[in-house]
Amino acid sequence: MTHTPSLLQLSSVSKQFGGLSALSDVSLHIRRGEIYGLIGPNGAGKTTLFNVITGLYQPSAGEFQFNGTHYQTAKPHVLAQAGIARTFQNIRLFANLTALENVMIGRHVRTRAGVFGALLRNRATRDEEHAIAERARKLLHYVGISKPAQTLAKHLSYGEQRRLEIARALATDPQLLALDEPAAGMNATETASLKKLLKTIRDGGITVLLIEHDVKLIMGLCDRVAVLDYGKKIAEDVPEGVRKDPAVIAAYLGGGDD
Amino acid sequence: MKHTTIFSKMKFKPNPRSLLIALTIALLLLPFITDALLGRGWVRIVDFAMLYIMLALGLNIVVGYAGLLDLGYIAFFAVGAYCYALTGSPHLALAFPVAFPDGVHLSFWIVLPLAALLAGGFGVLLGAPTLRLRGDYLAIVTLGFGEIIRIFLNNLNAPINLTNGPQGISRIDAVNVAGAPLSATQNILGISFPSVHLYYYLFLAFTALVIFVSQRLEKSRIGRAWMAIREDEIAASAMGINTRDLKLLAFAMGAMFGGASGALFAGFQGFVSPESFSLMESIMVLCMVVLGGMGNIAGVILGGILLAVLPEVLRHSVVPMQQALFGKIIVDPESLRMLLFGGALIVMMLYRPAGLLPSRVRRRELGSDEVAEKA
Repeated sequence: MTHTPSLLQLSSVSKQFGGLSALSDVSLHIRRGEIYGLIGPNGAGKTTLFNVITGLYQPSAGEFQFNGTHYQTAKPHVLAQAGIARTFQNIRLFANLTALENVMIGRHVRTRAGVFGALLRNRATRDEEHAIAERARKLLHYVGISKPAQTLAKHLSYGEQRRLEIARALATDPQLLALDEPAAGMNATETASLKKLLKTIRDGGITVLLIEHDVKLIMGLCDRVAVLDYGKKIAEDVPEGVRKDPAVIAAYLGGGDD
Repeated sequence: MKHTTIFSKMKFKPNPRSLLIALTIALLLLPFITDALLGRGWVRIVDFAMLYIMLALGLNIVVGYAGLLDLGYIAFFAVGAYCYALTGSPHLALAFPVAFPDGVHLSFWIVLPLAALLAGGFGVLLGAPTLRLRGDYLAIVTLGFGEIIRIFLNNLNAPINLTNGPQGISRIDAVNVAGAPLSATQNILGISFPSVHLYYYLFLAFTALVIFVSQRLEKSRIGRAWMAIREDEIAASAMGINTRDLKLLAFAMGAMFGGASGALFAGFQGFVSPESFSLMESIMVLCMVVLGGMGNIAGVILGGILLAVLPEVLRHSVVPMQQALFGKIIVDPESLRMLLFGGALIVMMLYRPAGLLPSRVRRRELGSDEVAEKA
């Protein structure tokens, strides 16, 4: 199976909230350069898994390995530094800042200027600021936001806000881009262009982890898919295999017998 | 770009040049004009207004940029003020007659950076345990912190008399510039500069420095990270911003401004006592920031000027007016001040909720009806 080295590997990750087991003993591995889909019914633990690998939650048990480093508990900014970037299911842009500023903030983790740089505004700082703005503009263009860069994030259309979140995440130079339901609420045209964008991102060498409800999008886009149900991984395969898996069919259509 | 006008005033952006020169001259002549038209007492009021502007700009870093509501800000002002009061007066002779028979008389210019650093340290001390708090919870804790500092100053006169308690510390050395004390009238190039004028120029220089620092920070990587934290802390940390360090930095930077202003205040006034650092003062400084326009340097300056000068205008107009009308004073100007102040705040919140000169962001935020839900 593992002819390409894993970028992210989860080993028996569990997460409990009080008595509720949101994730139990989930192991999976994402290979470098693939688009990996994560599906499952509502409440299956997809977003919890996202929050664990991006540091918002600490796993109750287990650990994960990213790019050769083990993490048991890590702060979100450490994982961002390590190369995991994410978007949020309910968009969390810096609503009152401009589109450009949102993406520029994404560059924070790859730039250095501190207080003294800000005060002195020396050559290195000026060059860095220039490079940040330049890169941010390019990224806005790359994800296809045509509105002026000075538009406030909250004044962008819904689809553009989703794209802006992707641009902001890409600005951190991630190795793994984790997208939490990026197509939620999008119409067919927007979904089609999102699909194109995700392929371009993958072809640019960034591994993509995708939570999605739109099964058509998942099936047409992902290289491999894992299915979660009640916090357990019930299948992991290529899309065609997952589609035929009896456990998956039972989870989605109900009527499991055990 | 909105800040250009006020910046040209403070001679940083030489554009448009003629406006800059005019405003510089106006600011340089201000104490003489005020003295001639209104009297020397008003120059002193202008000096105090400058101190308030420095404080408000410092608080603006914490509240306006990083979005951390701080109701105990005056404590840092107190730390700076007592720092110079102790190291620039005969007072410590009371507590340590053997070690310091004449008290400690360090140069103001040595104490100033120390006071700023010490206040910055207190800023971190306040910031560290409150990192998880936001909004009203943070406000309550900071309010408590401010009161603790004041009560300490009030009570540290026993068992060793460190702060002289409610009586405060007096006979603080004046600030010396080039060997000349600013407490005495100085003749420079045949022009006589009274003490309040000299302090005016000192404060003007420091205010300009504070504005410069604020503006540079605002438009930097650090400033953007602060604003990201203000907008959405979780998203900010997911973007790789170390929210702990940056919040502590905001507390420390704001506190350093407060500490430096405090040292200036002690040198200027020659006397400090705990009652100068009450909760009311914290609220006044916060009101300057909010009333003027949170996050906008020009707005904060305007708020500082208005709130520092208006009470004095009242004091000087209400008493004679009542004397003339009724032959006696019916309403004490101090209580009238609070009445008008409260009224002004309500009117402001109704008609200009983003402040008199709102920042670009706040204006847009409140100008549109679709204010984004945050968390």
